[in-house]
Amino acid sequence: MSHVSGFASRLLACPDCDLLQRLPPVRVGAVACCARCHSPLWRHKADSLDRTLALSLAAAVLLLIANTVPMLGLSVAGRETFTTVFGGVLAMWRDGQNEVAMLVLFTALIAPALEVGCLLTVVLALRQPPAPPWVGTLLRGYELVREWSMIEIMLLGVLVALIKIAELATVIPGLALFVLGTLVFLLAAMAAVFDPHEAWERIEWVHPGSAPADPGAVAIPQVRR
Amino acid sequence: MSAAPLSAMALGLAACEVCGLLSRPPAGGAAAHCPRCGERLHFRRPASFERTWALVIAALILYIPANLLPVLKTYTPLGARTDTILQGVVELWSPTSWPLAIVVFVASITIPLGKLIALAYLLITVQRGSLKSNVQRVRLYRMVKFIGRWSMLDVFVDTFIVALIQLKPLMWVEPGLGVVFFAGVVVLTMVAVNSFDPRLIWDLSQQEP
Repeated sequence: MSHVSGFASRLLACPDCDLLQRLPPVRVGAVACCARCHSPLWRHKADSLDRTLALSLAAAVLLLIANTVPMLGLSVAGRETFTTVFGGVLAMWRDGQNEVAMLVLFTALIAPALEVGCLLTVVLALRQPPAPPWVGTLLRGYELVREWSMIEIMLLGVLVALIKIAELATVIPGLALFVLGTLVFLLAAMAAVFDPHEAWERIEWVHPGSAPADPGAVAIPQVRR
Repeated sequence: MSAAPLSAMALGLAACEVCGLLSRPPAGGAAAHCPRCGERLHFRRPASFERTWALVIAALILYIPANLLPVLKTYTPLGARTDTILQGVVELWSPTSWPLAIVVFVASITIPLGKLIALAYLLITVQRGSLKSNVQRVRLYRMVKFIGRWSMLDVFVDTFIVALIQLKPLMWVEPGLGVVFFAGVVVLTMVAVNSFDPRLIWDLSQQEP
């Protein structure tokens, strides 16, 4: 299969300014930036797929724990209430704020689960290239959902809520709170080690066809450490 | 090294927005799809100006009730009290927790408004054909995209306060109508940022000799 227009030809267009460029050799850990608008184009990541597999596996386990054990408790005048992430969704739904409940359900539960689930499946499937096109669909889903996965923002929100409530009652931090705290770093690391370009290179094309002719001399990105 | 800086579009190549593959869509304007991932191919995001303006204006309208209507209603035996977003920030302000109050203020009031102003600025300068400070404008766009999600903060704060303070008949909290409008502002501005195409900033300088 011809790859003239693919990443293998090291030809790419900047997503922020569309400048056509050819990647020079990039050392591991270094990043190539657009020659015109300085947007990062590609970082050479060592061992990307294996590290992503390890981190996404760990994230999947923690995500499961975080959503099954209590996150926050409240004790006032001998009465206690506990809530999980899903408890927050239910409270909003019960009080008639269905749209907000759905938004919290999506950004705090569904999107993180899809983010981890899609990526885990993708890196597992990529172990035997070329992977079938459905792997590409999952990878597309991962990229789409990433922006809406807001565990780190939710955790800060919980912290603010906790401090507001602390004046009124005794707050009991639950196990899920600490698991979520770890998960924030794990998800950030997972996104940082994953190289989508490498992943796409290993996926079978939906319509394998002729690639366009190489345009020859084009701009060269700047490489930064 | 003396390669002329040319955009992919100028050479008839479209970069897939999903997988990054460069391919040549057939002439004639028929719907083209990326041969690798199957995504619809566009040289630029379709109707970028119209969609982004519509979303920015809609978000600006929702921003008003989002800030004027209460987001939380607290019931105690002594009576009920309502809080808007700004009142929530003021209430959080204390000798120990003022840094958090600043974070909430920035995330809930400054970021949504700043995002709308930044997008309007980008739309106006691109539509008027500005060629100045392109690099700074792309940087502004990337910053808006990166920081924008954090305005969801107040939605989560309100959600967990409502979920926890359920000690009827002693004290309980219900969400107010303001939180729906506020969530609307956050979602609309995030979609607006994605419908704006930063490559439009550069298309005019491309035509320069």
